[in-house]
Amino acid sequence: MANRRLDEATGTETVGHEWDGIEELDTPMPRWWLWTFFATVVFAVGYAIAYPAWPLVEKGTEGVLGWTSRGEFAREMQHERDGRAALMAQLTATPIERLADDPELMRAAVAGGRAAFKVNCVQCHGSGAAGSAGYPNLNDDDWLWGGDLKTIEYTLLHGIRQPGEDTTRTSLMPAFGGALSSEQIGQVADHVLSFSGKAKDNAAGAQLFADNCAACHGPAGTGNRELGAPNLADAIWLYGGTSESIAQQIRQPRHGVMPAWQHRLDPVTIRMLAAYVHSLGGGEQFVEVAANAADQADEQR
Amino acid sequence: MSSVEQIAPERPTKLFAKRQSVHPRRIDGPFRRFKWLVMFVTLAIYYGTPWLRWDRGPYAPDQAVLIDLANQRFYMFGIEIWPHEFYFVAGLLIMAGIGLFLVTSAVGRAWCGYSCPQTVWTDLFQHVDRFVDGDRNARMRLDAAPWSAGKAARRAFKWTIYLVIAFWTGGAWIMYFADAPTLTRDFWNGDAASVAYGTVAVLTATTFWLGGFMREQVCIYMCPWPRIQGALIDEKSLIVTYKDWRGEPRGSVKKAEKDPGAFGDCIDCNLCVAVCPTGYDIRKGPDVACITCSLCIDACDRVMKEVGRPRGLIDYATLEDCRHEAAGGQPRPAWRTLLRPRTVIYFTIWAGIGLALLFALGTRTHLGISVEPDRNPSFMLLSDGSVRNAYTVKLRNMQSRPRALQLELEGIPAAEMWTDDMPRQEAARKIVREIPPDTTLPLRVYVIAPPGSPPQAFGFAATTQGERPERAASETRFEAPENER
Ligand code: SF4
Ligand code: SF4
Repeated sequence: MANRRLDEATGTETVGHEWDGIEELDTPMPRWWLWTFFATVVFAVGYAIAYPAWPLVEKGTEGVLGWTSRGEFAREMQHERDGRAALMAQLTATPIERLADDPELMRAAVAGGRAAFKVNCVQCHGSGAAGSAGYPNLNDDDWLWGGDLKTIEYTLLHGIRQPGEDTTRTSLMPAFGGALSSEQIGQVADHVLSFSGKAKDNAAGAQLFADNCAACHGPAGTGNRELGAPNLADAIWLYGGTSESIAQQIRQPRHGVMPAWQHRLDPVTIRMLAAYVHSLGGGEQFVEVAANAADQADEQR
Repeated sequence: MSSVEQIAPERPTKLFAKRQSVHPRRIDGPFRRFKWLVMFVTLAIYYGTPWLRWDRGPYAPDQAVLIDLANQRFYMFGIEIWPHEFYFVAGLLIMAGIGLFLVTSAVGRAWCGYSCPQTVWTDLFQHVDRFVDGDRNARMRLDAAPWSAGKAARRAFKWTIYLVIAFWTGGAWIMYFADAPTLTRDFWNGDAASVAYGTVAVLTATTFWLGGFMREQVCIYMCPWPRIQGALIDEKSLIVTYKDWRGEPRGSVKKAEKDPGAFGDCIDCNLCVAVCPTGYDIRKGPDVACITCSLCIDACDRVMKEVGRPRGLIDYATLEDCRHEAAGGQPRPAWRTLLRPRTVIYFTIWAGIGLALLFALGTRTHLGISVEPDRNPSFMLLSDGSVRNAYTVKLRNMQSRPRALQLELEGIPAAEMWTDDMPRQEAARKIVREIPPDTTLPLRVYVIAPPGSPPQAFGFAATTQGERPERAASETRFEAPENER
């Protein structure tokens, strides 16, 4: 196939290939081009010696520099951690109820918490922390156990109804399915709904509630944070606010579990998560901080 | 001799042509003097502008023209551009583009010939050549001479001057991006940002190389603009033209005296080629190599005067005029090319954008507001049944003094708002915030409406307190459960 010949117009030899009558001249490479090419070859050989390059049966060659992409990654992560060390130390050293005194620190904590939330919490509470049936909405102002920074941090550390955890918060609503008849359960449910004006009250339900429920939920259904007993007189329902869903909860209550994160996350991350959750708009003032603010206001006056 | 050689007698032996050095000769004339003027003015603007001061009060820099990248501000005398007002800069760039179209369609490559930085700096470096090595002939002799101590010394001296100019050029550039006196001090103390040194190094290198050595090669081989200009120039655009119907056939004065009537006006003295900064022979016709600097007009007019023939053998003319004159018509005044539909349309667009920018400049407020509602979740039901929405509200104070701004809810009569840096109990329909000069204050704002409030549109309005109040408002939506209650 090679049909090298001298091209008449230029006097240059052709490479001998032809495509639709078009031939290629065998013009020599410019010198600089060749040297560049040789330089790349030398570079490639050096590179293959210095860095991991050749796949072998078990492992690839390691390269005399000992460089690995994992090592590089670890180094970058370490560098990142070192850069944050001071901030993290400050976060560890500051009691959570004092975080608000330093807006800069608070901002950093909220930002860190937002990132950690996206990894650890969204599976249950949703990416906007709005929760869903059975998973509390963290944006609102209804808290089963309290919504100040310290309480939120405690809940994160120890969880809710976490099995095998001494310090976990626990509350168990008894199942009334055996003790009360279906009709009675319906009456209690209606009474509960009447607290928030969603149903007409009924005397039988009121009596049953006073006998069975008021001890935990309070006579007016306003709940008890000590026991984690939900407020039944507000507009927020963890398992739904219809009479059926309430009746179901009375008959056979569901009990959500929040993991105790202290075994999975470090204390600083948990502190940052608490700050983030608190910042979502429903966070409550820590009582002591509130008193402090009043003092400061006095001083300014 | 083969048939191929008959077709292509000058067959190329190499596929690359070595650059022929261009040593333009000194010439004087109206165009040269105009070029001097343009060079002086443009260089003075470039090197001098950063040193102009402009008092903006205690809160803003007092450099008249400053591109403050760190704080995202662009200062130009009394005008201060914020990032969101970048359309001013975009508008100016568009005007510059259309301005080029306008100029090109009217007077050809005037930009190339007089005010293109490459042209201006090449011109400057050619003056340096002349100053150090002498004029054209001396330079050509020196170029051809073998290397000697004297030649090396001359070259070293010349390149040092190149380098000083190049360094000064690179140095002037960074002055636009920081306070010039401070930056100069920092630069020499070694305290300036590394990007400053890097920029100066790069610009010094490119000026030295492009202005000192590449010169006309940039115009002919590297610059894309001449290629586009080909499409912008038409038969009514003024270009530098050799009037071949008048000049040809060429012949020296002696020949013409011997044989009157047999020769045209061109005496083939080659002065027009000798003065050309790109080394082009305009007598070959219009070409991408001609940057329309008109020095050849100056040169030929001088020759024509000496030999007592009318000036304008090489002159500005349109292709249409050329046809007209070649056919025996009288030369037509050049100004007529300026007023024609094409230039008028370009000018109208150009001026329209300019007026629009001026109008926008005159009516803009120094206050800005932007509102971004939270979408996840889009609304929140609170324990008392009321509905809460969250917004990120950004308030911009575009003045160089701190101002108190009042943020107010417009619409949703029963709604109130609070921000995340104040207790919810103090929620109100108006809140006041102090905003530092030239700053954007981001606020996380919660708006709360009573139970049962429907989804609806409403707005945030910001007003400054004090005399000459300004107001800015932004519409947004309040989301709520559709079917509740
Ligand atoms: S041909 Fe004439 S106008 Fe064109 S670049 Fe040369 S000197 Fe300038
Ligand atoms: S300067 Fe004028 S006369 Fe001399 S060669 Fe050029 S066109 Fe001809």
